[in-house]
Amino acid sequence: MDILTLFVVIPVLTIAGIVSIKDIKQVRVISAAGMGLQLLLAGVLVYLYLTARHSGNAAEMLFVKDYVWFKSLNIHYTVGVDGISVAMICLTSLVVFAGIFASWEVEMLTKEFFVSLILLATGVFGFFISIDLFTMFLFYELAVIPMYLLIGIWGSGPKEYAAMKLTLMLMGASALLLLGILGIYFNSAPDGGELTFNILEISKVKIPMSAQYLFFPITFVGFGVLGALFPFHTWSPDGHSSAPTAVSMLHAGVLMKLGGYGAFRVAIFLMPEAAKELSWIFIILTSISVVYGAFGAIAQKDLKYINAYSSVSHCGLVLFAILMMNKTALDGAIIQMISHGLMTALFFALIGMVYGRTHTRMINEMGGLMKVIPFLSVAYVIAGLASLGLPGLSGFVAEMTIFVGAFQHPDLFHRIATIVVITSIVITAVYILRVIAILLLGPTTNEHYEHLTDARWFEKISVVTLITSVAAIGLAPLWLSTMIGTSLQPIVNKILLLNPF
Amino acid sequence: MSLVNFSLMRHELLLTFAALVILTAEIFWNPEKKRSISLFSIILFIIITVIGFIPSPSGSLFGGMYEVTPVRLIMKNILNIGALLIFLQSVSWLNKEENSEKISEYFILLISTLAGMNFMISAGHFLMFYLGLELASIPLAAVAAYDRYNNKSAEAGIKFILISALSSGVLLYGLSMIYGTTGTLYFKGVAELFANSNLQILGFIFFFSGMAFKISIVPFHLWTADVYEGSPVNVTSYLSVISKGAAIFILIIVLYTVFPVIIEAWQKVLYVTAILTMTIGNLFAIRQNNFKRFLAFSSISQAGYILLGIIGGNQLGMTSVIYYILVYIFSNLGAFGVVAAISSATGKEKIEDYNGLYKTNPGLSLIMTLALFSLAGIPPVAGFFGKFFLFTAAAQKGFYVLVLIAVLNTIIALYYYLLVVKAMFINKNDKPIEKFRSEFTTRLALGICVAGIFITGFASIVFELIRSMSFGV
Repeated sequence: MDILTLFVVIPVLTIAGIVSIKDIKQVRVISAAGMGLQLLLAGVLVYLYLTARHSGNAAEMLFVKDYVWFKSLNIHYTVGVDGISVAMICLTSLVVFAGIFASWEVEMLTKEFFVSLILLATGVFGFFISIDLFTMFLFYELAVIPMYLLIGIWGSGPKEYAAMKLTLMLMGASALLLLGILGIYFNSAPDGGELTFNILEISKVKIPMSAQYLFFPITFVGFGVLGALFPFHTWSPDGHSSAPTAVSMLHAGVLMKLGGYGAFRVAIFLMPEAAKELSWIFIILTSISVVYGAFGAIAQKDLKYINAYSSVSHCGLVLFAILMMNKTALDGAIIQMISHGLMTALFFALIGMVYGRTHTRMINEMGGLMKVIPFLSVAYVIAGLASLGLPGLSGFVAEMTIFVGAFQHPDLFHRIATIVVITSIVITAVYILRVIAILLLGPTTNEHYEHLTDARWFEKISVVTLITSVAAIGLAPLWLSTMIGTSLQPIVNKILLLNPF
Repeated sequence: MSLVNFSLMRHELLLTFAALVILTAEIFWNPEKKRSISLFSIILFIIITVIGFIPSPSGSLFGGMYEVTPVRLIMKNILNIGALLIFLQSVSWLNKEENSEKISEYFILLISTLAGMNFMISAGHFLMFYLGLELASIPLAAVAAYDRYNNKSAEAGIKFILISALSSGVLLYGLSMIYGTTGTLYFKGVAELFANSNLQILGFIFFFSGMAFKISIVPFHLWTADVYEGSPVNVTSYLSVISKGAAIFILIIVLYTVFPVIIEAWQKVLYVTAILTMTIGNLFAIRQNNFKRFLAFSSISQAGYILLGIIGGNQLGMTSVIYYILVYIFSNLGAFGVVAAISSATGKEKIEDYNGLYKTNPGLSLIMTLALFSLAGIPPVAGFFGKFFLFTAAAQKGFYVLVLIAVLNTIIALYYYLLVVKAMFINKNDKPIEKFRSEFTTRLALGICVAGIFITGFASIVFELIRSMSFGV
């Protein structure tokens, strides 16, 4: 069995293991072991990938395996990775690993919780390794549907409403995607020949313009909904705030990245001509996402809502960067996905841990937590600083790269859009610093909080894993950049053909 | 009749034989052990199902009135599988005291209708087609009224027979116009002589309306919910799966072989009815409270999706329709199997009775969830593949707008399917349905459904096999 398929097989085996045992404590151990193994495997994959690249393997995708599935429709199970997918796989395994520890104390229906969580992860891993549109779509839907149960059963607040809204909006998006994928498929061989779902093969042909004009917006919006594209972002605040901790982590950290990754790999990569023509519409929408999300975060008082709106803003930035369609911006988009994934997962983990202690998420009911729970508070400050783009942490690298890339466009429209988007940095600083000031500093407002206990061992594992990664990208961004850069080259070359600077 | 002819007609002959054997057995069976007759019937039916799978050559009988081709054989086999599952699911209900006197009737009547459907699928002549159709409909009215002291069941029976008669009348009227303009009722003859005249189109419309009653395509669906609600659960599942499946099978054969000349006309008809059927079926399903009515409207909308496979007139379309019916059999019978098990154990049939079911009966809840996800088209279960291929078939011929409407409809459908999932997993209930263990046959049937839901999707061989036999216009 090839290494990539293992990324789907290990979670499935973990699920089988969880289902087959009775003891609840063992459920956690098995989940942690399975996802730990997955993390290890991701490390091995990075090593193998870099070695292969160093030894001069310049193929667009590595470790490609191809099995025919539905022969008559030319549907294959095809897996392969480039630097971008490797980076996303690493991100996913880190967040899932941290998520398992963050939900160590789930009491109700523990078994079912971990099964659903890992099923979600299976879908995400499968999505990132697929280079066949059919399997990609299959894994995409597989990742979305467990969310309903995860939020509906283990969530808080108006969870049933939030779960239904999120599921229907995301499945609605996938309905659009289905149409887009079929459109791409039936135009994948304009000169005759066999139709194909294989992304690499489709990228070699030019899809007829009339089809591109129709299917680029459909596909981009389809993925954009998951990437919180304005005005389709409304599922995000409700969904994230109602979801249990690990699910918020995974969802904001990883699942929203499916949107960015898909928009990039399917919509832009396969239909660059239409993307260039129509990008202005989406640049406007994503700019609104970025700024609106940041303002939305200021207005909120619930920690999870703040972070959910902040995710809308940051994921909007990813889509914005992708639409800039040059190498620097795309590079920044990928780093931003990784950076935001880790950072927001850290945020949601910390919010979950704080909530578990104070039983409130309203910032004005809390205060002075720094003295009581220093570990969690310091971690929160680090997450906050990463989010507002402090140099030395991952957020800075990502945002800087994006803005430099975006400003490379000489025309007025792109520059104005970039300037508008850059203002979000300031707004981000406002809501982050405000929360830190109210929540952590100052006197302890509520005497009940005097006796809170600091993070326990499993919480520390979760937090430390994520902080290390955030700092690692911030301090040594180059290796990530290099890994992504070589893989971006073929894509950028294709775009450059029609968009020379 | 030579042995080859027997082998060609084995489905129908064996079913008729089985009905007669059960009838005879009923007379001589020890009255003390009446219940074991259902086991006897099921074993007999298993043998028939297995024999049906033996490969056989194509051919025609009675001067072309009766035709056998590989694709028709596989249609019959699919129906046999479905009927077998329903028989297995019926045992616990038939074992009840009030049914002990009429167990064999249930089998005899259903097997006769199945024989009728097989004749209909193998028809090469409209007369044969009509005979099969009637044989498939009339006994069904009797089983719909099986629960005869229940007013609703009696009402279902009488409604069904009236609607059948009406739709047969409409259908025959259409056939008479076709006969009047072409002078023949042979499929091949009509196909050759069909010339796209207005009268012929009118005849086709009447014919299609008659079929639309049987498949319950909107606006000919009004009988469906009442009949489904009144009939016993197992009869409802037979109506919604086998009866509907057979009608769709013959519709696609007739459209592709008899009416290819007027493909543009029937594409327009299908376009409009598909949109109406999907949308109205879905919108009405949202408001239902009785599980059988709920599944009735859900099955109406499923018929709408199936029309998307037919509309292209392409080989992929026929493949995906047959494949989808197979998937639909497993998924819908999974859902109906759970409803039947709960109904026969507790008599509860309302959706709100299912609140908190997961706490007491996790197995049944999971099967129901899988089945509903399959109906909604969620991966990794087979419904996803089925829907994907149906939509691919329509997109192949450029019906993108129709596909868009269909995918938006799947979202509405997902909403109400999730309402049931929510009831079982999330809603609280002080008095949930108590934990019970259903009979072996029920569990066997549900196990086959679950296996089918997974295997038919992932194993591409099923799809490719059907593909190799299908044909386009």
